[in-house]
Amino acid sequence: MNTDEMTRAFLADPTSSFTRFVGRTSPDLLPSAAAGRPNQDLSPTATTIVAVATSDGVVLAGDRRATMGSMIAQRDIQKVFTADDYSAIGIAGSAGLAIDVVKLFRVELEHYEKIEGAPLTLDGKANRLASMIRGNLGMALQGFIVIPLFVGWDADHGRARIFSYDATGGCYEETGYHAVGSGSLFARGSLKKLYSPAADIHDAVVMCIQALFDAADDDSATGGPDVARNIYPVVVRVTAQGATQIPEAEIAEVTRGVLASRSIRPDGPEARL
Amino acid sequence: MSQPTFYVSPEQQVKDRAEFARAGIAKGRSVVVARYADGIVCIGENRSKSLHKISEIYDRIGFAAVGRYNEFENLRVAGIRHADVRGYAYDRRDVTGRMLAGAYAQLLGAIFSSVMEKPYEVEMVVAEVGPTPEKDEIYRLSFDGSITDEAEFAVIGGASEAVGDALRGTHSSTSSAADCVRAAIQALGADPRGGTDLTPDSLEVALLDRTRPQVRKFRRLTPEQIADMIREPEPTKPTRRRKAAATAAPEAASATPAPESTPKPVRKRRASTEQSGD
Repeated sequence: MNTDEMTRAFLADPTSSFTRFVGRTSPDLLPSAAAGRPNQDLSPTATTIVAVATSDGVVLAGDRRATMGSMIAQRDIQKVFTADDYSAIGIAGSAGLAIDVVKLFRVELEHYEKIEGAPLTLDGKANRLASMIRGNLGMALQGFIVIPLFVGWDADHGRARIFSYDATGGCYEETGYHAVGSGSLFARGSLKKLYSPAADIHDAVVMCIQALFDAADDDSATGGPDVARNIYPVVVRVTAQGATQIPEAEIAEVTRGVLASRSIRPDGPEARL
Repeated sequence: MSQPTFYVSPEQQVKDRAEFARAGIAKGRSVVVARYADGIVCIGENRSKSLHKISEIYDRIGFAAVGRYNEFENLRVAGIRHADVRGYAYDRRDVTGRMLAGAYAQLLGAIFSSVMEKPYEVEMVVAEVGPTPEKDEIYRLSFDGSITDEAEFAVIGGASEAVGDALRGTHSSTSSAADCVRAAIQALGADPRGGTDLTPDSLEVALLDRTRPQVRKFRRLTPEQIADMIREPEPTKPTRRRKAAATAAPEAASATPAPESTPKPVRKRRASTEQSGD
């Protein structure tokens, strides 16, 4: 602002408040201007989600850790949910917004089903989620990014499907397996070696636990299984019979098996050359 | 549009509007909403597979209506929106049948007394299944917004008196779902306008099932499930008795219910309030 403009502003502005005046003429001087800058420490960050599809269904699993910077904000956060009777959603990113997105998405699916008397198709659900994520783009640009991983049983095609998203609402169908979140690089690398198209739904659960272990092994923001506190990954299974969260006791047993094999070979199962 | 050229008293106006609405409702086949040991059953004659008279509103709340389809369909959608917004803004447990019935009563009352609109030709029931049988609620709503809290069952539609009379002797809120459905089908036969050949294909049946593990207790039965249910002489599910009945009267819950097995007189209205007083 040059001197001439400043003089006119001094004359024209009707306010007697200094703060309001500075806010209009030199907003960058005010402390509140910092609010617009990315600040991811406002909300905890939820981390790794993995999914594995087989011929008879799909498994979606997430670790239990939420972080704020280098601090662990929560040890037992739930990031994987059933969305409706035949689909499930896992979320990575800003936890506060992400959990709200899941809540809204579940109401959205149920509301449609009740009013129309029939559920949306799986593609319809995936597209609806895409537009909800696109609606969050403004917040994503501020640093509050929400990335879901959506899985479901497609009754029309008779197979399980996985959908991944980006912050702009792009929706991409994945083949076989996928992972999102801070530990997804390691989880995806792990799944790449473990995945087999011939696997069944029980193998898929073990693959997910193994992949989450590998993610926790190399990513500080992903939580490993906590045997002392009995905190294990949340795992949802979706088949033609519907979406159900696998009971914790069952997951604890699978996890103990994985931990036993890792105590012999800490890097996990060896892939054949 | 013709202007009225003579005075019509408010009493006459209300009478005319009520008569008009009643005539419309009388054309509809009856729907029964009745309590059984593990919840509430909604059953009505409906030959359409897609145009439902019975519907889910929320986790524990069901809706049944008779009359003009487009009008009760509007009310049904309004109820779902009302419930979903309330549940999203607060908590799922904050959506209650009492609240929804009150909202419907306000809406119907306002439409009935508005001179600019024709009254809705609908009669409806809002039912909420509770965690225990004592918490079950059945609200019956009329075209004028009057609301009645029914203790055992509600019958709506053209022949509601005849069907209600037939059901009074056979229904027991401590019986199984299958017994309840059989009694209701028999009672629906008392409707002189229909009900002669009530096969599973011509029935619409839904349960608000307390024992369902899911949060959403509403379950619509397919014709096959209805056939299975009414064929079996003995229900597969063990009949559970109401706590109050168990303490008050020790006789066994039976498939052929004795009138004295219920703790209070059947179809006693617990409360009846006009829309304005609610």
